[in-house]
Amino acid sequence: MLKVRSIDMEMVPLTHYLFLSATLFVIGVVGVLVRRNAIVVFMSIEIMLNAVNISLIAFDRYLNLHDGQIFSFMVMCVAAAEVSVGLAIIISLFRNKPTINLDEFNIMKS
Amino acid sequence: MLLKLTSLVPLYPLIGCIINGFFGLRIGKNAVGLIAAGSVGLSFLTTLIIFIGLVMTPAEERVFEQVLFTWMAVGDFTAEFGFQVDPLSMTMMLFVTGVGFLIHVYSIGYMHEEYSFYRFFAYMNLFMFSMLLLIMGNNFLIMFIGWEGVGCCSYFLIGYYFEKKSACDAGTKAFVMNRVGDFAFLLAVMYIFNIFGSIDFTTVFHAAPEKLIYDSETVTIITMLLFVGACGKSAQIPLYTWLPDAMEGPTPVSALIHAATMVTAGVYMVVRCNALFALAPITMWTVAFIGGATAIFAATIGMTQFDIKRVLAYSTVSQIGYMFMAVGVGAYTAAIFHMVTHAFFKACLFLGSGSVIHGLHGEQDMRKMGALKSHMPITFVTFFVSTLAIAGIFPLSGFFSKDEILYHALMDGNFILWGMGITGALLTAFYMFRLVFMTFFGKSNVDPQVHPHESPKIMTMPLVILAGLAFFGGALGIPLFHGWHILHNWLEPVFYFDMPSALEHSAHLLHEQGKHAPSWSHLLQPEGDHNVWVEIALMLLSLSIAVAGIFGAYICYIKKPHLPDLLTEGQWGYDLVKNKYDVDEIYDETIVKPTLEGSKLLWKECDAKGIDGAVNGTAQILGWLSNQARNFQSGFVRNYALFMVVGFIGLLIISL
Repeated sequence: MLKVRSIDMEMVPLTHYLFLSATLFVIGVVGVLVRRNAIVVFMSIEIMLNAVNISLIAFDRYLNLHDGQIFSFMVMCVAAAEVSVGLAIIISLFRNKPTINLDEFNIMKS
Repeated sequence: MLLKLTSLVPLYPLIGCIINGFFGLRIGKNAVGLIAAGSVGLSFLTTLIIFIGLVMTPAEERVFEQVLFTWMAVGDFTAEFGFQVDPLSMTMMLFVTGVGFLIHVYSIGYMHEEYSFYRFFAYMNLFMFSMLLLIMGNNFLIMFIGWEGVGCCSYFLIGYYFEKKSACDAGTKAFVMNRVGDFAFLLAVMYIFNIFGSIDFTTVFHAAPEKLIYDSETVTIITMLLFVGACGKSAQIPLYTWLPDAMEGPTPVSALIHAATMVTAGVYMVVRCNALFALAPITMWTVAFIGGATAIFAATIGMTQFDIKRVLAYSTVSQIGYMFMAVGVGAYTAAIFHMVTHAFFKACLFLGSGSVIHGLHGEQDMRKMGALKSHMPITFVTFFVSTLAIAGIFPLSGFFSKDEILYHALMDGNFILWGMGITGALLTAFYMFRLVFMTFFGKSNVDPQVHPHESPKIMTMPLVILAGLAFFGGALGIPLFHGWHILHNWLEPVFYFDMPSALEHSAHLLHEQGKHAPSWSHLLQPEGDHNVWVEIALMLLSLSIAVAGIFGAYICYIKKPHLPDLLTEGQWGYDLVKNKYDVDEIYDETIVKPTLEGSKLLWKECDAKGIDGAVNGTAQILGWLSNQARNFQSGFVRNYALFMVVGFIGLLIISL
């Protein structure tokens, strides 16, 4: 059973968090799509992940549950792991060609 | 007990075929010949044993069925693999295996120089197997397997010398023409199943008088289709042109397949289905007239040919015409009688001509023969006896069988038919003696390089036996005296048909349909007594006709050898007959060429452009689409991410 807690009037309403989260996510998506620098693309992915985290926490507080917090930790862990792997990939890319401009890399088209 | 051996009869040739076909090259010619002839000989012995068993059973119970297994069962349809032995199939089995054995023995000598000796005998044994299936099957489907099998073996053996184009063409022609008939036969079998719900001989023929109305469209269509099938196999007008061309095959093949056995399969089939044909007077009338017309038509062509085997081929077509004439007037016994005697004398004639060709190292043109009787005494005597038999000279076998047919044709009240028969008899005597005089008498026209010689014993022995059978075979059916016609007494139970009750059933069925049955009372009048005096008069007449034919041939080819040339010089009628009435050319123009052109059109327009175009077009369109889709795979990660986003948005829109 979901038990909705009475919302204090002075609290920031849920929609604001969700708008923030969505805005950050779109910024991340656009960053992934338009930027060429691999590091920046990477940072954009982090922004998207954290945008999700914000919405998770917001719902968690709103519904008075604790699953969202656990999930956000989970996401952080995955993000940390991803960062380590991703940076390693970027370094190996840089070793192949002295650039990290993603437009120079189309080796997936074999 | 003896009858239980039935299934062994076709088994021996099959085993022989398998051994010769697969190991023939390795086991050597002597073994191949021994196996081939031995297996057919064993079949013949087994048939004799079964014959004894059948004779010992009472006449009414002389139908023995042996079902080996159920071949297929689909819904209401069941087809058994079984054999049926009754007096009719017994008669066929006896002469097919007997004559077949003699021809196999003869072939060992005749084919000895051939490289693919084993191939020849494998096909011959396969033919014997198929032929035995055809005559022993207990339902239409087994008969059809045999029917197709003999056609197939005929094709193989006509094209035995496959390096010769004419032989290949002849084989194809025979096969295609047979297919026309086979198709009609198959349609008839389907129609029969549709009406009776069974294809078993016993069931169908028992139910025929109860389910089919006398002279109704259904029974006429069925019997007409069956008859078209018989025409194809038995070389009757209009499907006869393949048989003369089939002479491209080795001579023993012509003797076995294209004279004694396979070509008579059509007659056998019609006789076997006599219960259906008895209900279809229109078909009977057609059968009789097609038979009579073929008898005369082929005989006239036979008078003008110079190839020794072609003359015999046209003679075969003509003689089978006689058999159909007999069937058409309801004289089934006479048809079978003539079939048996014809097998004897025609096999002997073909083997004799083979012996002549063998002795002349492959010469077939009668203009380059002559005066061979001193060089080949045994061949000459046997050939002469068989010629007397086919010409209908008393007391040889052909005299009795042909006379019986003519008698029945006349008793049927049909003078035109009888006239056709008697004219055919005159022509037969003429062209057969023309053949004998040109080959064995007169002065020698043999190429001086060639030294004619008598054939080895292995070839002359079968000739002597067959000539003996051709001489004495008439004893099977001596007319005039009641009870002396052995074949008639033997076959009578098979041909028993209760016409009054069949007509009663028909009237009843018509009444149920609310129609009025026509008066059939004239059909029920008792047959007139066997008129001995008419028969004796007919015998004398046909004997004098035969002698007249022989005398004519004597005048033309011995007395005044220049007479034929003088008579035929520049006659357009003669040229027409010599060109076989241009029937081949007419068929070429009206049927073969349009079919070929149509096929070419279908091939080039429909197949190459339409079907291939559709298939290739599909491939091309797919190729083009794939080429377009290839552009999506740019290799840039960001493009893939873009597609992902677009996809997500798309999914979102759909789910909203």
